[in-house]
Amino acid sequence: MKFRASRRRHVVSAVMGVVTWGAAITATLPLLFILVYLLAKGVTSLNLAFFTRLPRPVGVSGGGVANAIVGTLIVVGVASALGVPVGVGAGVYLAERKAAPLATTVRFLADVLNGLPSIVMGIFAWELVVVPMGHFSALAGGLALGAMMIPVVTRTTEEMVRVVPTTLYEAALALGYTRWRTALRIVIPTAMGGIITGVMVALARVAGETAPLLFTAIGNEYMSYSLTQPIAALPLTIFNYAISPYDEWHSLAWAAALVLIVFVLLVSMIARAVTRSGFARAVD
Amino acid sequence: MADASQAGATGMGSRIPEGAGEPTRIQGGGVGDRIYDVVITAFAAAVPVLLLVIFVVVTVAAWPALRTFGFSFLTSSEWNPVKQQFGAAPAIYGTVVSSFLALVLATPLALGVAIFLSEYAPGWLRRPVAFAVDLLAAIPSVVYGLWGIFVLIPILRSYVMPFLRDTLHLGATPFFSGPAYGPSMLAAGVILAIMILPYISAVAREVMMAVPRSQREAALALGATRWEMIRGSVLPFAKSGVIGGVILGLGRALGETMAVTMVIGNRQEIAASLFAPGYTMASLIANQFTEATGDLHLSALMAVGFVLFIITLIVNAGARWLVWRTSRGAGA
Repeated sequence: MKFRASRRRHVVSAVMGVVTWGAAITATLPLLFILVYLLAKGVTSLNLAFFTRLPRPVGVSGGGVANAIVGTLIVVGVASALGVPVGVGAGVYLAERKAAPLATTVRFLADVLNGLPSIVMGIFAWELVVVPMGHFSALAGGLALGAMMIPVVTRTTEEMVRVVPTTLYEAALALGYTRWRTALRIVIPTAMGGIITGVMVALARVAGETAPLLFTAIGNEYMSYSLTQPIAALPLTIFNYAISPYDEWHSLAWAAALVLIVFVLLVSMIARAVTRSGFARAVD
Repeated sequence: MADASQAGATGMGSRIPEGAGEPTRIQGGGVGDRIYDVVITAFAAAVPVLLLVIFVVVTVAAWPALRTFGFSFLTSSEWNPVKQQFGAAPAIYGTVVSSFLALVLATPLALGVAIFLSEYAPGWLRRPVAFAVDLLAAIPSVVYGLWGIFVLIPILRSYVMPFLRDTLHLGATPFFSGPAYGPSMLAAGVILAIMILPYISAVAREVMMAVPRSQREAALALGATRWEMIRGSVLPFAKSGVIGGVILGLGRALGETMAVTMVIGNRQEIAASLFAPGYTMASLIANQFTEATGDLHLSALMAVGFVLFIITLIVNAGARWLVWRTSRGAGA
């Protein structure tokens, strides 16, 4: 009897092991499935024209998404100009004043901000920029995405600045550095690798966002470099082409999605590489 | 000032920000230091201010619709721009059902992955599997939507829906009945499940890894099998953290816009069947915002945004609180 009971316990344990293996395999399948389809369907439409030409009407072949690639870079650039200084500043504050009441509040609210639906950010930027200006603009899109970057940059900066050894900080102060010079010349440069990682993670995330751009940047058929004019973006292009009824545009959507994914994954991987070297520097 | 240093020592902080809990901090300093303090405090304060501004902006914009329709905005199913009647019930229903479906599908899978990674996986497999699951979070929503339209929906329509309805005879229940068009609540739920899986599993993995080694070893030393050790020592310890992770995933699912908009079918109707198309709050805003006819229509969309904002705020705050409580419990 005792033997049988114990055997059953071990069988249960082994079965649960197999179940978790199954869960792990099932969970990685969607990724493979998505990446394989992106490659298979996207690669065929990728050519030089895709990167250098403007969109063309249905039926005219050889259209590209040059305007959307430029547009994404511009909108993300505006977002970084807004999100990075605020995020890094707030992160340094959080790391320096760990227990201040404002720090606890900011930490919590940064997490809450991070969880806000991206479409709400779009409404916010629409009311704040599009309505007063009277038209859609790259600036409005940048504001929506910039607001989304802030919490990510804030929390990673905080973590990275905290890793900087206290001895380094104390050494600078002992040598007569003021606090602000210590922060700018010693602490931030030491944590730079990690801070850049945080910025790139945030960039990768907002570069793929569509919802906040739907009624802020809205899209543009033509090449635009102006911050005050409507502008195209890769995610918007993918969305518009995907829901169109034309096969040609569907394959352009796949190609654009492939380009976007490669961009996002590349940025994420560079971020990982930078972290590793950044950590090494901070710890040495 | 003496008061301030005392507050600092107890870790409570003080109205004067310097010195909170930091023995090495030098008080005061020159003009440069004072400017530095003001600047970083201002940047930190920007986070609450931003959240407040978003709240005020959305509330003000939503006000006309909220005032006109009152509570019936949440309960009415009529969304008619021509008659200027707006009720968000189908969108709220769709948001809740699609997110709930996503949780039902994703939670067991995410828990399985987390247990696998923290307990069963051989060392060499841990990093690649964790990386692959985390990568799901890096895929943009619109790419999920594209994949959903051209890959997932055809599979659901040709295989999964007929299988559920006819082979398993679930068609007799209202939930799996009716024609299989493709774009549906089911498609939205499945795609959301894939999208929130990495969030739930990352949090669950983290809290499970935080379970002290000694606690695992104690269970094993008492003769527990590996699964008994997990059930007895790991899961109870990680429970509230895992729940926090699940709620965090719920927050993501509720606010997810693009992928859902592309696969849910966008129809203003409350249907019991998961095969029927529906609407969510986020997809309603995404679809109609630029085509809104008249101020009241626009305000009604803002009001939908307001409701979504409040719901996700509550859900996220709750989740963070749970996760924090667990990680603090683990630290103490």
